Amino acid sequence: MELKGFQESEQYDPRVMQDINRSVFFTKVEQLKAWSRTRSLWPLTFGLACCAIEMMGTGAARYDFDRFGVIFRASPRHSDVMIVAGTVTAKMAPVLRTLYDQMPEPKWVISMGSCATCGGPYKEAYSVLNGVDKIVPVDVYVPGCPPTPPALLDGVDLLREKIRKEAKGEKVTDQ
Amino acid sequence: MSIKTEEMVLNMGPQHPSTHGVFRLKLHVNGETITKAEPVMGYLHRGSEKLAENFIYTQFIPYTDRLDYLNAMTNNYIYCAGVEKLLDWEIPERAEYLRVITMELNRIASHLVWWGTYLLDIGALSPFLYAFRDRDICLDRLNEISGARMTFNYMRIGGVKWDAPDGWIEKVKESVKELRENIAEYDRLVTGNEIFRARTIGVGKLTKDQVINWGLSGPIARGSGVNVDLRKTEPYSIYDRFDFDVPTREEGDVFARYKVRIAEMHESLKIIEQACEQIPSEGDIIHKKGARIMMIKPPAGEAYTRAEASKGEIGVYVVSNAKTKPYRVKLRRPSFVNVSILQDMLVGENIQNLVAIFGSLDVVLGEVDA
Amino acid sequence: MSQEVLDLVVEKVHGFLGEEVLAFEEPEPPAEEPEEEEKPARRKKPEPKVEKPADLNFGRPMIILDSKKWTLELAKMFRDDEELQFDFLSCVTGVDYEEHMEVIYNFYSTTKDHYLYVKVKTPRDNPSVVSVEPLWKAADYMERETYDLFGIDFPGHWNLRRILLQDDWEGHPLRKDYITDKKALGLD
Repeated sequence: MELKGFQESEQYDPRVMQDINRSVFFTKVEQLKAWSRTRSLWPLTFGLACCAIEMMGTGAARYDFDRFGVIFRASPRHSDVMIVAGTVTAKMAPVLRTLYDQMPEPKWVISMGSCATCGGPYKEAYSVLNGVDKIVPVDVYVPGCPPTPPALLDGVDLLREKIRKEAKGEKVTDQ
Repeated sequence: MSIKTEEMVLNMGPQHPSTHGVFRLKLHVNGETITKAEPVMGYLHRGSEKLAENFIYTQFIPYTDRLDYLNAMTNNYIYCAGVEKLLDWEIPERAEYLRVITMELNRIASHLVWWGTYLLDIGALSPFLYAFRDRDICLDRLNEISGARMTFNYMRIGGVKWDAPDGWIEKVKESVKELRENIAEYDRLVTGNEIFRARTIGVGKLTKDQVINWGLSGPIARGSGVNVDLRKTEPYSIYDRFDFDVPTREEGDVFARYKVRIAEMHESLKIIEQACEQIPSEGDIIHKKGARIMMIKPPAGEAYTRAEASKGEIGVYVVSNAKTKPYRVKLRRPSFVNVSILQDMLVGENIQNLVAIFGSLDVVLGEVDA
Repeated sequence: MSQEVLDLVVEKVHGFLGEEVLAFEEPEPPAEEPEEEEKPARRKKPEPKVEKPADLNFGRPMIILDSKKWTLELAKMFRDDEELQFDFLSCVTGVDYEEHMEVIYNFYSTTKDHYLYVKVKTPRDNPSVVSVEPLWKAADYMERETYDLFGIDFPGHWNLRRILLQDDWEGHPLRKDYITDKKALGLD
């Protein structure tokens, strides 16, 4: 990275210059915030159906969500990611929206599993909402029925990438 | 002078961590005492029974997985068994053994999830991590044979879909040894704990009459001295070939249910061990017609079949009108019936016991709401 | 075993209903007992009957009753009779047979270890079956579910409300003529 603050850099001792290059770097506050956010994404424990068990499994010993700074919180007020894990029904949809509204900004939504994404196997059922993106904006879709824990880990990784890119000002398309 | 208290309505759920899903309780409390409890459910009602009427018989099997997703194998089994009863098909020997092994492995996984999450609910964090570690052992074996971790879709009408891969039976035997040690260790770790005992012994008592009148089944019934285990009293599949006990306790409190489930895991391990010894090394895994015919057409009629799932008695009522699609499939989900006792047994309880009692019922919401 | 249970049940029901009929309708002697009403359906595979929807029940005793004959007293007799003792209600199923509706009760006796399936027929318009919730608490949720999904009324139930769907849901989804229109519901 070019150090713009040091115009007359040739005046310095090359060893000092090397040291500065190594240990000082410049960034925007936005990016710094994004960096810190990606390191501690706290999801809301919002288990709806089968996917919730895999979400719990991801948090347990073998897959260990904690190493990514992902710690489940029981209250929407503490959390910044909502992992919609399971089928959203007509009865549940208003509740889900309320919970989303209760979460403080900034907030993201991961749609876990095919039911939350598009209705999945219950697409034709009379009481199922076909896709949670009809009521809340979704950032990352994780496919699978239910997705395996590695798939969810990948989904969280994608979300982190998205947060970093958005902080840089890049536009991230829905994917 | 007495302190005047007034009744308050407290809402618990539908997003509450100790319900493991979406379940809502409207509680009327007077001080710390619950005066009325009103369960509200249906937040996960997906209309499986209606969907069944629009599918051919085989297509509905994956949906049974998603009812009680912790114990999907038994759900698979009961639906297939119900249709097989209508068809009057004989199941090949090897398929029966594979069914029993997978069902019992799944039962252990289910009870382990209960064990971990229940202790998490009443305040112990680390058992959850242990339980899920061991559950993953069970799931690995099931993954190897069926190709899925939770929603297996493994059984077919007339048998099973896949044969065991090479060396699978040996692997199961090793897993059984490992699980047996671990489960015994967990028992030692938790059961004697003073805090745990204080929170569970004498809490949430259910009498024998209550259990029968409310139609409760499974470990809840056996924890109250009702000795009903369909694997023993009405042996389906090939359960009559195995030597195992039905753990029963008389106390009827939360601790008794806990002990029953722990003992049941050991019994399941026993069954798996015997099945691994007895399983024929070769043979068909699916009925000849079942392997060939996609559009199964059972003769007109209806049948009620029941089996013992990890939560209790699971039943299926299939009505066929001699077409390729079932006319009606009714699923008797044990959790749905078991959860109804809440409105009775929570009355008069202290609010701090609520989570301990509710957790001990081992309710899965996918099954409650169908 | 099941044949004996069936005979026993049929005898008891006849005895029970016969008495009732005598008490209310004087001119009719016991010869006019409602024989046709309860057709004991047994497993007879070769001859598929036309109008009766099911004759296969795999050796389990089953009786078919009209909803007028199915009363709380009769249910109480099933539960409390010394020889029957059906104390465990296993399952309540509703079926929509397009020309009529049926509610099927699966009873089990934990003490005697025998079964009884009772099919209660009810007309399709204005379906109504007496609730057995006062006798078997297990029926509480299962009858509410049947009401919710089929619209069958259960007089005598203490709290007959929708259980799985929202309170303001229109129609009963498991009826055969229910049309799923997710666009109209705003779900698709």
